[in-house]
Amino acid sequence: MTATLQIKNLHVSVEGDDELILRGVDLTVKQGEIHALMGPNGSGKSTLANILMGNPAYDVREGAVLLDGENVLDMEPDERSRAGLFLAFQYPVAIPGVTLANFLRHAINARMKADDPESKGIPIPRFARMMRQKMTDLHIDHSFAGRYLNEGFSGGEKKRAEVLQMAVLEPRIAVLDETDSGLDIDALRIVADGVNALTGPDMGALVITHYQRMLNHIKPDYVHVLYDGRIVESGGPELALELEEKGYEWIREKHLALAEV
Amino acid sequence: MAVVRRRSSLPQAPSYTIEQVEAISRDHDEPDWLRERRLEAWAQYQALPMPYMEEEWRRTDYRHIRWDEADRLINANGVDARSVPVKNLEPLTGAEQGGLLVFVDGKVVSHELADQLARQGVIFTDLRTAVREREDLVKAHFMTRAVTPADGKFAALHAALWDYGVFVHVPRNTAAELPLHVVCYNTAAGAGLGHVLVVLDENAQATMQVEYASQDRARQSAYIGATELIVGAAGNLRYVSLQDWNRETFEFSHQRGVVGRDAQLDWVNGVMGSRLTKAFIEVDTVGAGANARVSGFFFADRGQFFDLDTQQNHNAPLTNTDLLFKGAARDNARTLWQGMIKSLPKMQQIDGYQVCRNLMLSDEARMDSIPGLEIEADDVACSHAATFGTLEEEPIYYLMSRGITRPQAQLMIIEGFFDELLQRIPFERVRQRLMDEIEAKIIA
Repeated sequence: MTATLQIKNLHVSVEGDDELILRGVDLTVKQGEIHALMGPNGSGKSTLANILMGNPAYDVREGAVLLDGENVLDMEPDERSRAGLFLAFQYPVAIPGVTLANFLRHAINARMKADDPESKGIPIPRFARMMRQKMTDLHIDHSFAGRYLNEGFSGGEKKRAEVLQMAVLEPRIAVLDETDSGLDIDALRIVADGVNALTGPDMGALVITHYQRMLNHIKPDYVHVLYDGRIVESGGPELALELEEKGYEWIREKHLALAEV
Repeated sequence: MAVVRRRSSLPQAPSYTIEQVEAISRDHDEPDWLRERRLEAWAQYQALPMPYMEEEWRRTDYRHIRWDEADRLINANGVDARSVPVKNLEPLTGAEQGGLLVFVDGKVVSHELADQLARQGVIFTDLRTAVREREDLVKAHFMTRAVTPADGKFAALHAALWDYGVFVHVPRNTAAELPLHVVCYNTAAGAGLGHVLVVLDENAQATMQVEYASQDRARQSAYIGATELIVGAAGNLRYVSLQDWNRETFEFSHQRGVVGRDAQLDWVNGVMGSRLTKAFIEVDTVGAGANARVSGFFFADRGQFFDLDTQQNHNAPLTNTDLLFKGAARDNARTLWQGMIKSLPKMQQIDGYQVCRNLMLSDEARMDSIPGLEIEADDVACSHAATFGTLEEEPIYYLMSRGITRPQAQLMIIEGFFDELLQRIPFERVRQRLMDEIEAKIIA
């Protein structure tokens, strides 16, 4: 069955605050599709990414998020992950004392234990082989696995570590939150290659980005524009090029004009 | 109606007498010099009040000790190595022990030393045997250079009444390649007064671990211990101490490393057990080029109180001390670290660092850290820091977003906090065991 993520009329605020950041977002992402979500700063892009994963810093005020018909909003972040959702963080968190390899092994074991409480988890040699393969595929130095998670990582290393986690966990729907930010052109290409290698019939992606340049490397099937908490434009790849050319001012003017009507 | 229990305002003293001191010395047929040292120490002990409001004691209330239970000297009765949990007896590394010395209730129940070490002239024996067989060495070093009876009330009491101990001597230019392992385990409640004396001659090397643990007992116990680590010029000692007394034990201990010219001491001190621990942990650098790394980890839970009082004394120029303590507290536990870096006047080119990092796992826990410097020199690089943190939601969310459950995420973050410290223990097997013990404390 093709996994489907449905976002319906989603209204979100910061935890304990009445002011809405998202004011009715509707979007459907299917396994195998690549959607780009673009928008100016402050439009609510990162809020959407975080609310999809269950960041406790935000409150859902209205609407629904369904994965294969199941209410994602009732799930804890770990349940969402095990259900097949993934978020590549814009600002990955450093966890001192926990190596990347140890962390990922626990993440895999958590999945196996959720499926079968008696599971002993992945055998370490098999895990090590798999890690080495994935790191090679993503041009990541193997010493990476032994480093403390994100601690002292450069911006590019953090983003590559996020893509590595995605490769290891094999989500059905991945949300990439400004994975291009802070990357130079070479790092961007490596990260984009990684994403391209993973997207395909088995994974759908929602690629959140401020700039069109990410989309030179990752070809979206659909492009959406988030403005002031709502998706105000949707189209094909040509929409991204139009935005690149005209900037977000065009959206702003059009949206204001519509609001007046 | 509530009963108001009024505690006497001053701490009570144990009920020891000079006759007990003389009896211990007589029972073991000790040489005159040792008997005299005991009696001198007894006089010093008698002259001091029970510590109470002095600076280093005023945050540590031990008035709930019931000396009528805790001061009864433990007598070993029909015990053997089978009384000791298997985990404590496992070789530190590999399949065999370099040396193993096991005390149960103060009595030697197991003693082995690898042929290789014996051939090298390494002495690894209990202190009473050493008094008989290497009297010269013991007389020169025992409570004369590191811990002395003058260090405090409990140091004096220990010197007067110590009843068992370990003696290690590594001769000049000798590297004891295999680790030495000591286990002090108590099955009975009451008072234990154990001593560790390690002497490394010039250019000698050794690695050693001492573990303290006891069976759960309803009656209170006291451990009044002393540890002396004397590292001669260009020597190198790696020393690990792990304390896991039962929850009715009060520990009062004095521990000191003395580090000679160009020598190195790498000391890891772990405190997990006891009801109350007051430990003085000190290093003296006494020769130019001396280098000491002092590491500590502690984890206090339900009702525990740990007071770790560290001092880094720079008594020679060109010396380096580096102290890192990391601790966690949960439930209503309390911990206190007070640190001090001192230098004698005109001791130039000194580097001294001290850091204590605290992780508070409940609102009821209280953790205090009090760093201090007393430096009487100007060409120095000294710094101190104390940090306090709680389990934050952001890293938990990050780990959970990868499918890891909340309890597992919390566990990983706490274990990660301790990882840096545990990595300083040179035995993989011991690190793993400590992780398991930390985990048990977290999920309890």
